[in-house]
Amino acid sequence: MTLIERTSGGGQTAAPASGDARRGRRRGSAAWLGLAGLGTLLAVMEIVPRVGLVSSKYFPPTSRIAEALAAEVTDQAFWVALGDTLKGWALGLLIATVAGAALGVLIGAVPLLREYTASTIEFLRPIPSVALIPLAVLLFGTDIRSTLLLVVYASFWQVLVQVLYGVQDVDPVADETARSYGLSTIARVRYVLWPTALPYVMTGVRLAAAVALVLAITAELVIGAPGLGARIAVAQTSNAVPDMYALVTVTGLLGVLVNLGARAVERRTLAWHQSVRGEVAA
Amino acid sequence: MLDVRGLKKVYNGGARQVEAIRDLTFTLSAGELVCLVGPSGCGKTTLLKCVAGLLTPTSGEVLLQGRPVTGPPPGMAVVFQEYGRSLFPWLRVGENVDLPLRQKGLPKARRRELVTEALAAVGLADAESAYPWQLSGGMQQRVAIARAVAFEPEVLLMDEPFAAVDAQTRADLEDLVRALWHKLGVTILFVTHDIDEAVYLGQRVLILSSSPTVVREELTVDLPDTRDQLHTRGHPRFTALRTHVQEQIQAAKRGLPSPSAAGDGEE
Repeated sequence: MTLIERTSGGGQTAAPASGDARRGRRRGSAAWLGLAGLGTLLAVMEIVPRVGLVSSKYFPPTSRIAEALAAEVTDQAFWVALGDTLKGWALGLLIATVAGAALGVLIGAVPLLREYTASTIEFLRPIPSVALIPLAVLLFGTDIRSTLLLVVYASFWQVLVQVLYGVQDVDPVADETARSYGLSTIARVRYVLWPTALPYVMTGVRLAAAVALVLAITAELVIGAPGLGARIAVAQTSNAVPDMYALVTVTGLLGVLVNLGARAVERRTLAWHQSVRGEVAA
Repeated sequence: MLDVRGLKKVYNGGARQVEAIRDLTFTLSAGELVCLVGPSGCGKTTLLKCVAGLLTPTSGEVLLQGRPVTGPPPGMAVVFQEYGRSLFPWLRVGENVDLPLRQKGLPKARRRELVTEALAAVGLADAESAYPWQLSGGMQQRVAIARAVAFEPEVLLMDEPFAAVDAQTRADLEDLVRALWHKLGVTILFVTHDIDEAVYLGQRVLILSSSPTVVREELTVDLPDTRDQLHTRGHPRFTALRTHVQEQIQAAKRGLPSPSAAGDGEE
């Protein structure tokens, strides 16, 4: 079962109770179908250039891309580039998460502050991060800080907006209980508000993780900051088309891993939450 | 012990003003178990929240041991009707009971002791490491009661605590409240809409009028102190008392004036 997307911070839905065995079988066959679909795609991509439907110069067959990929992973420079990309991604995501969560809790907990900042947030949030590329170049050139600026800007809003929803989801009965037992404001943030907001924080971080990867690659590709994106650009300009596809494949795999990782973390930290624990007893 | 004097609460909903409570005055002596009944919508919960310091009354005051209540007082615990929302789903049963004690700043050993004792007192000694949502509704409300008991309050407020559990569980929990009250000597204000429950549990029953609310009648429950579900409820005096309360509630709903000479209240 997957976590429910709650970008709008709406209600939570418990999963319909169904037999474990049945669910397991369905999941198993879905996985097989998915793999078969992927296999078909790879096969088509192998055959189509070979029979000359598209130019193999721009669309090399799958096997050529695989060869290029095998060559890449033996290259030291590839791993350095991968490391740079991951560093920009992880550091940017970390900064965005900490800042987004802290500001979200603060703004969300103080109604006056929320009203004061609402329009500003709605104005700043839709600005596409890529529009800040010229600014990043002006400030930091091709330094990794350029990547960071774009990554942080893009993922910060994802986290902040989710936390703001989460903070407003505090159950009045839970809050009254905490107050009646004399919990201070800080204790209520720690023991009531934060756990309530946590599922939203997790959703925000998961969305931000995906966006952060997009922006990390974009910054490297467009600005030339060190990383996989820059390597893709080099492969393109040196006409190493299979290498370019191999690197694109790696970025795709990174995206998949990031999402799987985020979901795993989500499941562990939210074991108590309805969306993870499944059907509710009583 | 607990004095409510001239309590009045008016909600300001924009242009519309709603007078939930007009004028409530009553007193609970130390160690008393008093039930509060009234027609639905008569502001029972509002009253309880004012007493608990969760709501500020429009006028009048609440005194706990002579000191005015301005916020949640340290010697008071509340058991809410919505146990599922009052217990924190992200904490285990033991942690839920422990949290208020931690806030009180008690040493760890003492906290352990209180948590274990309280859970044992409600018959949930082995549920400590479960999550509340793994328990049945009745068990969850027991956890909420254990949390209140472990807090060692002087006054325990209960806001229709058994309204959401089935009849059998409710009977068990009623007996649990009587037993804990005997054992701990705590003062209990028990709010309910269930007339039988009020008469069965209380030493006194306060009957409220419909909104805007005043105390319609104070009734002493002259039943033997030892009560059990089978015999007490079959007692002719129990039947007489519950009929009387029922009549008063019906009259309150129709807006009839309360009997001027309240006396002991029968007939």
